[in-house]
Amino acid sequence: MTSMTLNDEEQDILAGKSGPVARQALLHQLKVGEFFGAQDFVPVTQAHVMADTESLGEAGVRWLEGLAAAPEHQRLVRVPTITDPRGTDFAKAAFLGQNSAMLDLERRTISAFIRLGVAMTDTCINYQTIQAPTRNEHVAFGDTGVVIYSNSVCGARSNFEGGPSALAAGLTARTPRYGFHLPGQRRATLHVHVERTPASLNEWGALGGVIGRIAGNYWAVPAIEGIEAAPRSDELKHFGAAMASFGSVALFHLVGLTPEAGRLCDVAQAALPGHRVVRADIDALRNSYHSSGLVDVVVFSAPQLSLFELRDLADLCVGRRFAVPLLAVTSPQVKPDSDRLGYTSRIEEAGGTVLSGMCFYQSYAREIAEANGWKRLATNSVKLVNILGGYGYQPILASMEECVDVAVSGELA
Amino acid sequence: MTVAAKVFRARQSMGRTVRGSALVAQDGFSARYDLDRLAGIFSRPTHKLAGHSYVGKILILDTAKGGVASAWMLNEMTSRGVMPLALVFNSVNPILVQGAALADLPMLAGFDEDITAAIPSGAEVEVNPSMGVLTVLK
Repeated sequence: MTSMTLNDEEQDILAGKSGPVARQALLHQLKVGEFFGAQDFVPVTQAHVMADTESLGEAGVRWLEGLAAAPEHQRLVRVPTITDPRGTDFAKAAFLGQNSAMLDLERRTISAFIRLGVAMTDTCINYQTIQAPTRNEHVAFGDTGVVIYSNSVCGARSNFEGGPSALAAGLTARTPRYGFHLPGQRRATLHVHVERTPASLNEWGALGGVIGRIAGNYWAVPAIEGIEAAPRSDELKHFGAAMASFGSVALFHLVGLTPEAGRLCDVAQAALPGHRVVRADIDALRNSYHSSGLVDVVVFSAPQLSLFELRDLADLCVGRRFAVPLLAVTSPQVKPDSDRLGYTSRIEEAGGTVLSGMCFYQSYAREIAEANGWKRLATNSVKLVNILGGYGYQPILASMEECVDVAVSGELA
Repeated sequence: MTVAAKVFRARQSMGRTVRGSALVAQDGFSARYDLDRLAGIFSRPTHKLAGHSYVGKILILDTAKGGVASAWMLNEMTSRGVMPLALVFNSVNPILVQGAALADLPMLAGFDEDITAAIPSGAEVEVNPSMGVLTVLK
């Protein structure tokens, strides 16, 4: 018995008429939907599954393999279902210091997903590389950076869907209708006036982190004013990823820029709690991750780099020679273009490494740090510095230009 | 009313009834960002529970933070027996609910007062999701 209203198709799934895999998926969705008071399900057009094997562990892989063991006509996803980055780039696993047990888990996971009909896109920038959702399109996306970008910049409708729930949505072609699928939940809950428009990707990330801390939780929706010109996709990528990372925020509105917020009154009532963000606030966050001294490794990741970011990085690498490893992580969709256009060779001729289809923090970050002696890590990703503290790193935030200089000199002045 | 009889009502709940020792902080929670999941301790240096073991404890925290990994990680932690006994939050995001559903971990969220200020660390408490209540036993 459930408190949610089920249509005939959903009742059939629950009765097992589509097999045990779809039934198990729907039961999981009912638990979540009932917790949040969902009235019913909403159809989704795409699902995006985060499932790196460090998170899955042996238990999660076995769970996936259990689903994949069902007969083919009972186990396949019903809508396009794609994957977030994997936990390795197999071609570079030895360089990373990953062991065979990690790679074996990866292979088993990939095999299970393929049997379920999941497309191994291995990207956290699917809105730049696969298919961006459209306004009001209901989707079930994993990866907080994907969700906040899709909700805010595209105007699509998604909650944070963790791996099990995103896969369930792929298998049932629906998700419980709660949270950001509901128009009322998308209204702003706080107003932020920004008095500094960032000038670099790491500064956009820092601004996102500051607003994420102010917002503070998943249900907070900031309406932001003061940004002076239309930001680029990569800027909003870093801005949103950091906001989601620091605050668990899933939706923001940039007044006059993002699709639901042509005017402040379109998304906000008068007299919302107000906050002012000045340059000192952004600098304070940046400075909290800035320390001089030797650096062990430079990483560009989280989110994966777009073709334009790789182009910028490649330009900075010309004529340089790196003293410490420099890793640039991108998606399997972008990597061939980076190769073809010569960006990869420019980065690697300087001593860097371009990795594909993984994400640094989802690739056994603690273990590869121990294998390589990496502790002090420089990056331009605010999301990455926020995450890696828990993995034993001393993360350092710097601009892309400063990071390349650090890779050459081996230290931050 | 004695402290031992105090009951707190949650608007959102999931799972079975459990009793145990509370581990409380006015801080967030993310399995990836905050924990050494092998050692079973909070490892993020800036977390208010840094160095504390969460194994077998009823974790009472402010809100969910961070990314989507917790949706898998709670199940992985449970498979090794290195997990909290239950999760209690002032507010929770979908990821931890999805993770608790997969891992079969009891959860309460949504109180009329700050639950992290109302319960002292070390208190013996009962989490009863079917009734939607948290009871301080002693």
